[in-house]
Amino acid sequence: MHCCSHIILLFGQAICTVGDNCYRAVTFLKEGMLVWILFLLCQVGAPALAQDLCQRDAPNGYKVRISLKTALGEDAYEWNQSEMFFFQATMAFAMRRHFQMETYNVDNIILCVQTSRVSFWFVVTSPDNTTMLIPKADVEKAVRMSRHRINNAFLLSDRTLEFLGIYPTLAATVNPDTPPWLIVFGVVIGAVCAGIIALLVSSLLQKRRKEKGMTEDGQDEEDMQVKGVENGINLDGTYNRGFTDDDRFTKL
Amino acid sequence: MTLLQLPNPGLEDRILSHEELDKLETEEAGRGDRPKWDNKTQYMLTCVGFCVGLGNVWRFPYLCQSHGGGAFMIPFLILLVLEGVPLLHLEFAIGQRLRKGSLGVWSTIHPYLAGVGIASMFVSLMISLYYNTIMAWVMWYLFNSFQETLPWSQCPLNYNLTGLVSECEQSSPVDYFWYRETLNTTPDIGANGGLQWWMVLCLVSAWAVLYICIIRGIETTGKAVYVTSTLPYVVLSIFLIRGLTLKGSLSGVVFLFTPNLTELTNPTTWLDAGAQVFYSFSIAFGGLISFSSYNSVHNNCEQDAVIISAVNGFTSVYAATVIYTIIGFRATERFDNCLGGNILALLNTFDLPEGNVTESNYDQVLQSLNGTYPEVIQGLNLKTCDLNTFLSEGVEGTGLAFIVFTEAITKMPASPVWSVLFFIMLFCLGLSSMFGNIEGVLVPLQDLGVFPKSWPKESTTGITCVLCCIVGLIFVQGSGNYWLSLFDSFAGSIPLLIIAFCEMVGVVYLYGIDRFNDDIEFMIGHKPNFFWQITWRFLSPAIMLVIFVFYFITKVTETLLYKTWNPESENFPTLEEKPYPAWIYVIIFILAGIPSLAVPGTALFRCLRRKRSRKSEQQELKTVCNQMDVNDKAQDGESRT
Repeated sequence: MHCCSHIILLFGQAICTVGDNCYRAVTFLKEGMLVWILFLLCQVGAPALAQDLCQRDAPNGYKVRISLKTALGEDAYEWNQSEMFFFQATMAFAMRRHFQMETYNVDNIILCVQTSRVSFWFVVTSPDNTTMLIPKADVEKAVRMSRHRINNAFLLSDRTLEFLGIYPTLAATVNPDTPPWLIVFGVVIGAVCAGIIALLVSSLLQKRRKEKGMTEDGQDEEDMQVKGVENGINLDGTYNRGFTDDDRFTKL
Repeated sequence: MTLLQLPNPGLEDRILSHEELDKLETEEAGRGDRPKWDNKTQYMLTCVGFCVGLGNVWRFPYLCQSHGGGAFMIPFLILLVLEGVPLLHLEFAIGQRLRKGSLGVWSTIHPYLAGVGIASMFVSLMISLYYNTIMAWVMWYLFNSFQETLPWSQCPLNYNLTGLVSECEQSSPVDYFWYRETLNTTPDIGANGGLQWWMVLCLVSAWAVLYICIIRGIETTGKAVYVTSTLPYVVLSIFLIRGLTLKGSLSGVVFLFTPNLTELTNPTTWLDAGAQVFYSFSIAFGGLISFSSYNSVHNNCEQDAVIISAVNGFTSVYAATVIYTIIGFRATERFDNCLGGNILALLNTFDLPEGNVTESNYDQVLQSLNGTYPEVIQGLNLKTCDLNTFLSEGVEGTGLAFIVFTEAITKMPASPVWSVLFFIMLFCLGLSSMFGNIEGVLVPLQDLGVFPKSWPKESTTGITCVLCCIVGLIFVQGSGNYWLSLFDSFAGSIPLLIIAFCEMVGVVYLYGIDRFNDDIEFMIGHKPNFFWQITWRFLSPAIMLVIFVFYFITKVTETLLYKTWNPESENFPTLEEKPYPAWIYVIIFILAGIPSLAVPGTALFRCLRRKRSRKSEQQELKTVCNQMDVNDKAQDGESRT
């Protein structure tokens, strides 16, 4: 709108310098009418100018698509003019954040081609020159930088608030130093090896005990024979060693 | 009533008589020479674990669904009763009666039948080699399940972090994880791709876990089965409850069991049912004979056979139900996504407000839009979404477990928990089957005397495990998956049918069905009834023969193709079918031919050896006679002088 006031001021200044004294009374009405006509033209012309800048498939514009019902289900809010204004404000914030020197305003974000999907196109004009559009690449950088904030402002995500042509950056996967499967493998194989060793050792010990038990049994039998105990009955009298088994001592 | 009895001299000398068996029963109880089960539960759980394996979970549901759903139950149950139960009873009874492992049993029945035992050993060995590789894969997935985001739920980023890895983007995260990050598969079987170090570690851990369970034979196995045989049922029940609460699960179960009776007229249905019953019972491996030989003589093997068959059949149906609840959920998810994608495309192209097009009015809206803007609709390339197509994307085998099911798990809340449970269940199912496989290898090796008797059991099992692990490294190279399916199709199919047929014929006609009936009467107290007689003598061998002939014909006549994962191929995510190279046919012959030929081969070998020894015996006799003659003459000569 301030372009119109600029034009009127300039024209006013021109009139003032030209018609100083003579034409004042006569031309006052004319000026008034002209100013009024210009004002009307400006009212019509400004949006026309803006529309030339923002249109479907504009070279420096982006299409935005919003899926409220998918994202929020029953808690979805209604998309109305206030939300559009909020969008303009958010984009102005994103532009300010990226280009830190320049002060972007809500007027610098022009929206058009709104559909009930909800989708629309937008372009960004420069704060110094309203006829000049910010190139696509810069807008993309600004959006990428503040994507997270923009999403959160609308309670949406990368998937439900789409800027067609700007792909979301992929989240880098966390790669731990040791793969987790190796840790589980280590635990399992450690337990199994410990079990195997335990079983082998226990069977070795069992074997040794058996062998010891057998030799002790053998000695017991021989002792019993020598002492004269046969079949558990103590025999009286001395035992004639001549009749013992000589195999232990010598072999012929 | 003996219709046919082949001559079998010397049988009485080779087997223990009934009185000797009774004496052995009381003596063995004190001595502990032969291993024994601690209690009946251990024996039953071990047999159930051996029979119930991965096939019940990933082969039966596929067969059921592809052969007419509920109608498949009819051939399955009929053949279970006519084929499965008699064979099982036969193996249990003969093992319990002759009290030896498979090699010992067949050599006892007739020396020429030793080939059957050797063939059993070969088959068990081949199957053990590749089966434990599947265990290694299950362990790999199990180890990787202990993470918050499962690694197969999203594609990894490519090298420059600009996008996703292209191979993964074109297929899917689960496919990529299975074919690239697990197997690192090569495009064909000739390119071996080198050993994959992470799979080698998993293979070693699988063999280590197996070793610790079989280290002292059934003494340790009997304790391990308390967990490995019961845990799968617990997990299946948990999954059933979880599955039924998911959206779309009932449509899966309904799809599975909807009968299509026209399938019964298709002979392949009956063939597949017969083959499934046969392989599902793990007959002809020799493991069941070994296990039942450790029983007491008067154990009721008839009851055991019936109970185990019933449990096996029930488990197949139960597992199928559970699997299909999850598959129904996955198919519904896919259908919803497909339809959602189409709806979004329509909304975006025509800038319609959200909620205008829903699942219910999608078809009407599409038709009206097609009428007004046909070119635009064409340009959108909308996919046709049909729930039944998604449900009948029937997958079996490793594809079911490692691709379809893992994808479904990623869509459930708290995925790591379900993933861990699922893979523990698969591991237990496979491990309990491995006990039987290894038993079928170890006992014949002992009987053949490959290991000296003085060596302790720990070392023989250890050496077997180490050697099998080393040979099993074939399956963890890049092309390992192709080798595994090769072994699966050829080592574990035809030879088993031949062995089972020879077993039946051997027991019924060589050992003598009358003697067998008397033995069973001695062991369990009553003679086997008419049903057993008919099935043992005619029905089961006939069914075996028919299945064998058909199987053989189909395998020999079909052109052998195998499916490969080739990122360079044209229809990339679909597996490319390639023919086997020529040298593979040699391998196939070794896998299927050697065990099958071992049966007649050993018979021939022993026959020739006996003839040669008879000749030399005769010659010895002649020389002895001559010597005696000379001595007599000399004595006569002396006495005369």
